Amino acid sequence: MEPAARARGIIKTYGDVVALDGVDLDIGAGQVHGLVGPNGAGKTTLLGLLLGLATADTGTLEVLAPPVAGFVDGPGLYPTLTARQNLAALAALHREPTAGVDEALAEVGLTDVAGDRVRGFSLGMRQRLGLAAALLTRPRLLVLDEPANGLDPAGKRHVHRVIARLAADGVGVVLSSHRMDDLAELCSEVTLLCAGRVVFSGPVAKLAAEAGELGYGVLTSDEARAVAVASGTTGLRVAGTDPLVVRGPADALDDLVVRLVHAGVALRELAPVVSPLEAAFLALTGAEEAS
Amino acid sequence: MTTAYAPPEVAPAPLLPGLRFELVKLLSPWRVRLLLLACLVAPAAFVAVVSAQTSLPTDTVFGRWMHATGFAGSLVVLAFACSWGLPLLTSLVAGDVFAAEDRLGTWRHLLVAVRSPRRIFAAKALAALSVVVLLVVAIGLSSVLGGVLTVGAHPLVGLDGHTLGAGEAARTVLLAWLCVLPPTLALAAVGLLGSVVLGRSPMGLLLPAVLALTMNLVLLLPVPVPLRLALPSNAFLAWRGLFTEPAHTGPLLLGTAVSLFWAVLATALAYVLFLRRDFTDLAYDGAGRRAIAAAALPLAGLAGIGALAIGVLTPASGTGIEKAKVEASLATAYGHLYRLQAAQLHRPAVTEAQLAASADCDKGGTRVVDRGPGHDWRCVVSWHLPGTSAVGTAIYQLDVTAEGRYVADGDGPKEVNGNFWVRTPSGDAPNPLWQLDGYVDLLDD
Ligand SMILES: Nc1ncnc2c1ncn2[C@@H]1O[C@H](COP(=O)(O)OP(=O)(O)OP(=O)(O)O)[C@@H](O)[C@H]1O
Ligand SMILES: [Mg+2]
Repeated sequence: MEPAARARGIIKTYGDVVALDGVDLDIGAGQVHGLVGPNGAGKTTLLGLLLGLATADTGTLEVLAPPVAGFVDGPGLYPTLTARQNLAALAALHREPTAGVDEALAEVGLTDVAGDRVRGFSLGMRQRLGLAAALLTRPRLLVLDEPANGLDPAGKRHVHRVIARLAADGVGVVLSSHRMDDLAELCSEVTLLCAGRVVFSGPVAKLAAEAGELGYGVLTSDEARAVAVASGTTGLRVAGTDPLVVRGPADALDDLVVRLVHAGVALRELAPVVSPLEAAFLALTGAEEAS
Repeated sequence: MTTAYAPPEVAPAPLLPGLRFELVKLLSPWRVRLLLLACLVAPAAFVAVVSAQTSLPTDTVFGRWMHATGFAGSLVVLAFACSWGLPLLTSLVAGDVFAAEDRLGTWRHLLVAVRSPRRIFAAKALAALSVVVLLVVAIGLSSVLGGVLTVGAHPLVGLDGHTLGAGEAARTVLLAWLCVLPPTLALAAVGLLGSVVLGRSPMGLLLPAVLALTMNLVLLLPVPVPLRLALPSNAFLAWRGLFTEPAHTGPLLLGTAVSLFWAVLATALAYVLFLRRDFTDLAYDGAGRRAIAAAALPLAGLAGIGALAIGVLTPASGTGIEKAKVEASLATAYGHLYRLQAAQLHRPAVTEAQLAASADCDKGGTRVVDRGPGHDWRCVVSWHLPGTSAVGTAIYQLDVTAEGRYVADGDGPKEVNGNFWVRTPSGDAPNPLWQLDGYVDLLDD
């Protein structure tokens, strides 16, 4: 895959705060690259560097497929202007034809409210308008800081479709998110940042494997007997009762189900307490122990 | 590898779309649109309504002539605008151009779009100054139109009693409005500076208004003329010199120069401080105390150096209000207005030369030095009665303000400067010699 952006050994400090501490990042053309991490991990800082909003203290950062467009810290719109006015001004600043404005609005599904002031827009509409603004310059590298923030399921699907189409056209997309399920749906690669360092980088499937042993919640017709059965199952640990949570390898879980049925206890649900990705996130960022 | 990353050199956005963007942003809030509408409607309405009243705002220059000509109404609006209207307007417009981006948290986005802080500054400064100019033009035109349409474009009596024909009056009124543009721009530049330095804090918004009101207070006091003339607010008063014959342009030219100096210095300071700020810092809330000092000290320095330069280079000294000047000004005004009165009472025409009016003034009795502002000036005017060798005398009480403007109140004899009505083409009017406005040039020798 052709690279769209490449970062090596990026260090960025703000006074005593080390926002990025030796970060490497590769974004391929046509790839949707997710950036995750707890609050203050340095996601916005890294995306800002890609947009040229600040310069790194040391390290190299190359945007190999310009132009780059996008936003960090909210879509940055002017509430007293209409959606179309906001975009038209940006198009003029980028010497782009105004014809692109209506195209971009249609792309994100805001044609109906193009003449309305942004003041009255919901958070999700603003996010979509911000995405439309980023599309005006037909970027080859798209940088989006929490683009799904505030979107309802329909809006989210819409935005995901737009992003997927851009990636299919060969645009490199890098986006941050707090929601692991969004990333799983959208991204081929994820980079997990924690306190300015990369703690994981690779395909989403590989991240799930980092989760280690998951906790499973078990819902049955008879809680007390189920706890007793689980305690007697070899290879299985009871992590909690009421509701019952167990940990163990897959064959031990299979064994538990068989034994429950034999004991006359009906199994109503067996599911991970947190998703594998979330578990990986918690494990890798060390948030699990803290909580 | 440890080379620092620098973003690729990208061409900044063109200036014109940037300027248009700033103008659209400035003019889009309802607050500003209402303001523009008010500037278009309110002055005309004010002139129309007040001119129709029986009691006129005689405390304000030209207020007593509002019945007589529409131009007087415009000048009353100008006087009000100069004392608080324009400072407030510039506050609302220029005081907010930079702070608005702080409030909305849009600096980063604007920077990505424009790709040059210099261009951002230029577009914002130009946009703010154009909107301020637009508002001044709106008020000026509205007041003139309101006056001309409701009262009429009649001749105007100047501040030395001489009559300006309708055409000359119109030209001079427009020139007077033009003359308040430089001090308005100076305040707007201070507004830009406040907006850059103080960020979101409300003080940034109010800076021009606070500065202007402070300067107005200073100008009410009998401060030495060089200091007075070194303050840009003085240019808000100096247009009065246009309404005498010959015009007193000294303070006006000085005021214009001082205002332009202020405008340039404040804009330059704002520019330097603006380029220094860190746009990636969302928590940025004003440039801090050092920057406030960096902004305030040069302006204070400019006032100081200006005062020194004016003190050395011009004859200005003291309060600028001297016995001889007051006497000459009153005698001239009396001569002109006597001629006007004779015409209004259908008496034989006289000329100022035949009258050869002179005045003898005294401030506060024998124990007080006859100089400086105060309401305790008392003058005796003498003139040659036409066709006889007799000399007439009339008494006036003068209230002279620190800016050099005075109101003379006739104190007898009754049939000369008493409170009676005369018939004029535009209706009954008070005796022109009863109460009159005058102007002393503070810079004159
Ligand atoms: N302009 C700045 N000045 C000082 N410190 C900053 C600045 N920008 C970021 N930081 C610090 O750098 C660190 C990383 O911040 P950043 O905004 O990149 O985190 P993030 O991963 O985007 O967090 P979030 O998920 O909350 O958006 C934080 O500790 C933050 O306080
Ligand atoms: Mg962030």
